[in-house]
Amino acid sequence: MSKYEPLILAFCCHYCAYAAADLAGSMRLQYPNNVRVLKLPCTGKLEVNFILAAFERGVDGVFVAGCLEGGCHYLEGNLRARRRVERAKEILSEIGLEPERVDMFNLSSAQGPRFAEIVNEMTARLTSLGPSPFRPARGAEEPVREMTEQAEASLSGENHDCCQS
Amino acid sequence: MIVANRKHVQELCNMFKGHKRVLLVGCGTCVTVCLAGGERETGILGSAVRMALKLAGRGEVVVNECTIERQCDDAFFDPLAAHGAEYDAICSFGCGVGVQALAERFPDISVYPGLNTQFMGLLESQGVWTEKCSGCGNCRLGEFAGICPITRCSKRLLNGPCGGSRDGQCEVREGLDCAWQLIYDRAKAIGTLSKIEEIALPNDWSTALDGGTRKVVREDQCIAGLGPKA
Ligand code: SF4
Ligand code: SF4
Repeated sequence: MSKYEPLILAFCCHYCAYAAADLAGSMRLQYPNNVRVLKLPCTGKLEVNFILAAFERGVDGVFVAGCLEGGCHYLEGNLRARRRVERAKEILSEIGLEPERVDMFNLSSAQGPRFAEIVNEMTARLTSLGPSPFRPARGAEEPVREMTEQAEASLSGENHDCCQS
Repeated sequence: MIVANRKHVQELCNMFKGHKRVLLVGCGTCVTVCLAGGERETGILGSAVRMALKLAGRGEVVVNECTIERQCDDAFFDPLAAHGAEYDAICSFGCGVGVQALAERFPDISVYPGLNTQFMGLLESQGVWTEKCSGCGNCRLGEFAGICPITRCSKRLLNGPCGGSRDGQCEVREGLDCAWQLIYDRAKAIGTLSKIEEIALPNDWSTALDGGTRKVVREDQCIAGLGPKA
């Protein structure tokens, strides 16, 4: 069996964390390549169902990265996101999944190294927690790509049919 | 509006014991506004229940969601009718009225409540709802400066306050406003103090739930041959 590499979905704000991830790349900083980034116009766009949908599709962990507190482009989007992450943690515990699998971070667009640090921190945490019980049984790459595409599709509202069966 | 809140994920999973296909039905009206049972919240609980069932080794149970405009009106059930037969249980994320309406519409299928219906209330501030009316069937707000003592005084006193009123707070629970302080303050502000100086007559509870299940009939609106139902 291949070594377990946690799959992480990162919801990143366009104004800070997404730019920080870009900067981390330009700075050639090394961080695990198991993170898939989804850009949000603001972390205030995040809803609890995005997080649960990601876990249902088999990611091992989720992090949400928004602007520094007080620095949100839309004033309080990042504060709302933090509350929603708290709610997601509560529901994860009710399901029986470790709430530490999801977390919220704040950083500015200038903090490329911090972005790399967050990915390292989440990777270490999820490695010690072990794989999510909802991880698909198949090999690594394909389901990962599918998952991000599905998550992107669900973010754009394509999967919201009434009475899906 | 009717205010409700969600049940624990495990409570929902336990309710679905013995079922193979469960449809969670959200309601697009009151419970959407109070963030308990609309499309988004039903989706969240749907995800949560699927994952919890999988962890409990019951991953074969199919759990789907859909949301209809309103559950307290039979007319909105038509889009659901075609799908109902595909499930052996329905869980309503509407208020208690919605749950019972679904049970009437689908007499052969088990119907469960997804929410705990709380009260008729008001959005106090973002994310905070408070109870305002108990539906007593004979509104007396005019006697009490527009503040309902039946609902908001913990002892339902019609001639308050009681001796437990302190600095505007009710003795029953910390942080609870004394309804009679509110009534007094508002009556004073609008110049109707003399009204609350009169002794309020005892309530006729026969118009409330104590008189048995109630029904409102508007004869002029009943279509001949179709209603009112017996
Ligand atoms: S008096 Fe009766 S109808 Fe009026 S607000 Fe109070 S409980 Fe509701
Ligand atoms: S303190 Fe006020 S609200 Fe509480 S029971 Fe007494 S009169 Fe009613």
